[in-house]
Amino acid sequence: MSNSTWNLEPSLESAAQVQIKSQYELFIDGKWQAPLSNAYFDSVNPADESPLTKIAWANAADIDLAVSAARSAYDNSWSTMGGAARGKYLFRIARLMQEKAKELAVLETLDGGKPIRESRDIDIPLACNHFFYYAGWADKLQEAFAGQQISPLGVAAQIIPWNFPLLMLAWKVAPALACGNTVVLKPAETTSLTALKFAEICQEAGLPAGVVNIVTGYGDTGAALVAHPNVDKIAFTGSTAVGKQIQKACIGTSKKLTLELGGKSANIILEDAPIDQAVEGVINAIFFNQGHVCCAGSRLFVQESIADRVLEKLKFRLQSIYVGNPLDKNTDVGAVNSKKQLETIERYIQLGLEEGAEIYQPTCELPSSGYYCKPTLFMDVAQSARIVQEEIFGPVLTIQTFRTIEEVVQKANNSPYGLAAGIWTDKGARIFGVSQQLNAGVIWANTYNKFDPASPFGGYKESGFGREGGRHGLSAYLKFSN
Amino acid sequence: MLESISPLELNAIIANSPSIDQIGTLERIARIQARSIKGAAKLKGLRMALSMIDLTTLEGKDTPGKVRQLCYKAQHLHDQAADLPTVAAVCVYPTMVGVAKKALGNSGIKVASVSTAFPSGQAPFELKKLDTQYALDNGADEIDMVISRGRFLAGDYQFVYDEIAAIKALCGQARIKVIFETGELDSLDQVRRISDLAIAAGADFIKTSTGKIQPAATFPVVLTMLGAIKDHFDKTGQMIGMKPAGGISSSKLALQHLLMVKEVLGEAWLSNEWYRFGASSLANDLLMQYQKQQTGKYQSAAYFSID
Repeated sequence: MSNSTWNLEPSLESAAQVQIKSQYELFIDGKWQAPLSNAYFDSVNPADESPLTKIAWANAADIDLAVSAARSAYDNSWSTMGGAARGKYLFRIARLMQEKAKELAVLETLDGGKPIRESRDIDIPLACNHFFYYAGWADKLQEAFAGQQISPLGVAAQIIPWNFPLLMLAWKVAPALACGNTVVLKPAETTSLTALKFAEICQEAGLPAGVVNIVTGYGDTGAALVAHPNVDKIAFTGSTAVGKQIQKACIGTSKKLTLELGGKSANIILEDAPIDQAVEGVINAIFFNQGHVCCAGSRLFVQESIADRVLEKLKFRLQSIYVGNPLDKNTDVGAVNSKKQLETIERYIQLGLEEGAEIYQPTCELPSSGYYCKPTLFMDVAQSARIVQEEIFGPVLTIQTFRTIEEVVQKANNSPYGLAAGIWTDKGARIFGVSQQLNAGVIWANTYNKFDPASPFGGYKESGFGREGGRHGLSAYLKFSN
Repeated sequence: MLESISPLELNAIIANSPSIDQIGTLERIARIQARSIKGAAKLKGLRMALSMIDLTTLEGKDTPGKVRQLCYKAQHLHDQAADLPTVAAVCVYPTMVGVAKKALGNSGIKVASVSTAFPSGQAPFELKKLDTQYALDNGADEIDMVISRGRFLAGDYQFVYDEIAAIKALCGQARIKVIFETGELDSLDQVRRISDLAIAAGADFIKTSTGKIQPAATFPVVLTMLGAIKDHFDKTGQMIGMKPAGGISSSKLALQHLLMVKEVLGEAWLSNEWYRFGASSLANDLLMQYQKQQTGKYQSAAYFSID
């Protein structure tokens, strides 16, 4: 019996299970408040460019209200109630998030374009786990920092990116609340919906008013939040360019700052690596979340003796990557988050061609509307090429070969960034030998893009400073005095 | 009669056999298992799986009557359903080959015989050859031989290679499936090594298990073997068949295995020429799911014949 082609049918997760309101207000002091700015912006589904809703666009006056609410909640309830009580609220929030996991996953996918497989299996469960993890620390802070005098900082201004909306919210909000701070959080303008859903969860959990405030808007909203004099702490995850602006804005203030910025991480395959698993690791490293990952393994280094074989295997593997509707359970690479980002990625692909690199893209068809980009390999690239040096934040991989370990370590470190790296080898000693020489905050061995609440995450150099996750993540939200 | 492989060539096969990382293997499998196989794709997958079955009975208590019944079922899986494929082969002990051959007539369904002192392989080499010759003389189209696991685990690759090559030479036109009994091997590295060795020695198919030892055809083992087949194909252009056997008893598992074949090897392998399921209970679950897809209703197991 011959079977000419066997293709999977679309298997769509139902969007009907989420209720998206026609308009969203600001969440300030435990209530939904119309913005003093009277301004709203449109949010669209990047998968098909259909409008999803209108969202309030906060201005400086709105920010002032939110910071005041957070300050008042800090003074009157949250900082004084004790760790065990705070932990109880955090556990409650974590459980509610878990109960609503499906809804949150669909919402995340509709709003941001990421495949439902990822929001369902990675983003949302990890976000829940962060709340569970930091809930456990809330009444054990003194044990975490034995012998030190610790106290919360006050009001934390938190600005999060669009690539992992709810997960980045969890990374920021959970440790801040566990340590006794209150927060004003600004989600990215293209992905506000799960943060607004989180506001509803805070209400349902009975969290005291003002402990969590969600202010939506564009960069000007974030700038107003950073500039507010009553903010004690700023935590930002996003681009290095904006991170630098924020750092400048904090000069001469007592605001404590942590930045988690861009990356151009090296993924290094040594010749003794388990090759099929390394190829799969490359796929996970660069095509996870359309490559919108700050720690994406976007620079691949392959030892020359296995380079041809690795390339051959990578190209073959790309043929079974499903690119398309993010709500399809079989989709591996969904929609690029926004038109603007798609244009940026396309500009870099054009640049790569102009720089003379050899391009490879699979023969998949892209949907006719929405923002999509094929998984892209660039081979024969130079270390000095801009596509090798600059963060593209899309499904674009540059591939270089190397001969010696000394050479690959130099090239891997030859970057303004230092967020993550991957090493593939069968020899344990090499894992340690190479990783000790790499300037990267996170190094994965024989795997990539693995996250856990107990594991600290953060960068070197222009990838930022401060650590999120684990016990280290607590110290970003505490004042130490002896 | 047979020229043995040189130690140098043998060493090259073993040395070039790549290591396999368990964690990465599990991740690849998780991606495949997360896929959703629905609608027409499911229906087509179920039909494909049915057509790839080596319908098997390998019991000490097998009788000619039971084998004849199995052969009838092989040709008439479920006559209540129109237009079903037949299975690929009926798999029996050498003593039942003649019975099966006669019962299957010119149906096109192959007779596969286990051999070489199946399932343990614990017999002198001369007896293994006699065992195989007996099956061939009685008309076996395919020979499912077991390797000498003890020799392999002891590192006597020369012996294992020569044994496979000798049986292959004996088989002539009959296709040979080489059973590793992966449940007795220690690691995925070993599974990969024996895959490379067996392919080099002339295996037409590589097969996971006898069905007598657990675990049998697990996803990591099958993926590792598919990797060896893929690498051999990329290097030589020669296709090798794959037969997972034992442990694949549900439609869901069978469809996931087929999807793994499609993604790892490509669609060329999606035919019973190159892929088989060694199973006895799988057929009825496939039929049950097939009828569900066609009618929208699950039927009781009582509506499906056991043999």
